[in-house]
Amino acid sequence: MPAQGLDDLIGLLSSRGYEVWGARERDDALGLMPIETAAELPRGRVEAAEAGRVRLVEGPRDAVFDHTLPMHGLKRLVHPAEEKLYATGPDLVARDEAVAANPVAVLGVRPCDLAALETLTQVFEGGPYSDTRYRQRRDALFLVAVNCMRPAATCFCASMHTGPRAEAGFDLSLDELLDGDRHVFLVTAGSARGREILAELPGEAACAADLDAAEAGSRACAAAQQRRMVEGVEGLLKRNLEHPHWSEVAERCLSCANCTMVCPTCFCNTLEDRSSLDGAEAERWRRWDSCFTLDFSYLHGGAVRRETASRYRQWMTHKLSHWHDQFGMSGCVGCGRCIGWCPVGIDITAEAAAIAASEQGQTRSGDET
Amino acid sequence: MKPTLAVWKFSSCDGCQLTLLDCEDELLELAETVTIAHFLEATRSRQPGPYDISLVEGSVTTAGEVERIRQIRRDSRLLVTIGACATAGGVQALRNARDHAAFKAAVYPSPQFIDALDTSTPIADHVPVDFELRGCPIDKRQLLETITALLKGRKPVLPDYSQCVECKLAGTVCVMVAHATPCMGPVTQGGCGNLCPRVGRGCYGCFGPKENANTEMLAAEFAALGADRRTIRDLFGNVTAGAPAFAAERARHDG
Repeated sequence: MPAQGLDDLIGLLSSRGYEVWGARERDDALGLMPIETAAELPRGRVEAAEAGRVRLVEGPRDAVFDHTLPMHGLKRLVHPAEEKLYATGPDLVARDEAVAANPVAVLGVRPCDLAALETLTQVFEGGPYSDTRYRQRRDALFLVAVNCMRPAATCFCASMHTGPRAEAGFDLSLDELLDGDRHVFLVTAGSARGREILAELPGEAACAADLDAAEAGSRACAAAQQRRMVEGVEGLLKRNLEHPHWSEVAERCLSCANCTMVCPTCFCNTLEDRSSLDGAEAERWRRWDSCFTLDFSYLHGGAVRRETASRYRQWMTHKLSHWHDQFGMSGCVGCGRCIGWCPVGIDITAEAAAIAASEQGQTRSGDET
Repeated sequence: MKPTLAVWKFSSCDGCQLTLLDCEDELLELAETVTIAHFLEATRSRQPGPYDISLVEGSVTTAGEVERIRQIRRDSRLLVTIGACATAGGVQALRNARDHAAFKAAVYPSPQFIDALDTSTPIADHVPVDFELRGCPIDKRQLLETITALLKGRKPVLPDYSQCVECKLAGTVCVMVAHATPCMGPVTQGGCGNLCPRVGRGCYGCFGPKENANTEMLAAEFAALGADRRTIRDLFGNVTAGAPAFAAERARHDG
């Protein structure tokens, strides 16, 4: 598909009733929001991301998708930050709030965010009870993935085996091939409705050279990642629940909860009841919660996790270790948002590496004696 | 008989009481639900105590106020302090760590007539307080939620999370991470409705320290962003400068 085909794609999706969303520049950052034309995408812009810093700058070339991730992933679309669940009155009959799940096509979903969506599906539907509100919103999504050709410095999907190439979980996927004046997209369908759209897109069948170039781009992107999660982190953290490093992290951690808010898989929420002044009407709301707050661990008589060290440990061990026990998979997809959007730049890969290094150090000193 | 509500003013600017009048749509309903027994900003008519709920604005800055708050406490079933002055001492608490006599001499031609304590202190330093509403001014929704909950005998829903959570719930871009703007949000309790960061400004800390506020690390980050000592001191020296966590951090960057 020629580069201009992006607008054809947006048009085809719109004509099928989808509101098309993509990454757009807003307040000097990328936000996931509705777009009308491909010209609104941050062409040529990339994130100069580091621990605690996310800045948008001019990239080295004129690619549409050299940027990586909007601040929030798909989580907001399937698990809103706040929502009313039901209302009730003097009859005490709960009236469910209908889910307003308008069809949305997201253009430019990265492989890590696709993996995060799979993770959320496992969380909301994997057990004996299924969250019907999640399913209605998930069914309303049409996903156009983009395979990454350039990592941000905070990316570590290769070590989490979630990217930089999407194998499944999309309706369409794009590889952006930019070579001199030639600017095309390799389009792959991953579902029946994706194939319908693909059949109507301009362009011709892909040649072997383009397929090779796409694969090579993904390999180069994986190789260029500066961060990686240590091998065997699930067991590593379980063996080190009393490690002094948790207190060391707590000296830096602000317990502000930013990491959990931007994490595309952090699903914790709380229920709040609101009532009218006269007490005749009441509503139940659900909103995102975070294990970094005091209230989160409030049980009868007080909060269990008073110290920041125990909150950080709870988050990281749940994400990387106990998620396996609970959901049969890792809770981390390697998107690096928690690293970039932490105001003080705490790096989950570095914290894991520090604990791993101390273990190796202990083994060595044990060998010597 | 309807429950009675009283509103009291100590050393303050009246802005928090004004939030009650700002309720507009809900004000008439509130007036039907409770008897407003004492609220000088709204009416001259006064009814004697006891009162079911007292809302107390302002800090304690004179010997007379020390006596008056004790009487109000005796007259009130529930005492709720409202705003940064009542909960942290207000901007006037900046004098607490300074030479009060020198301030008086610098400001007033006849300082001998100024009958004020050397410190400005929150209400809770003087009498037991049932609930605190933070903010400068307080948030209207939190005020209505608190009155509604207390009238029904349930616990008000008042989050103790950081301002960052409010930003992220609202989808506001982090001004520190994306713009390198020093922001008090990570150590400040949320509740204002994300007022400053959503227009690209750093949080001023009006709601005071969140629990577990790691001010030392945030101050180090301000320095890494290029803020000098005085700037860092002043960031911790706004309307909640008297709150212990902020006062201690401010002191580390003073002088």
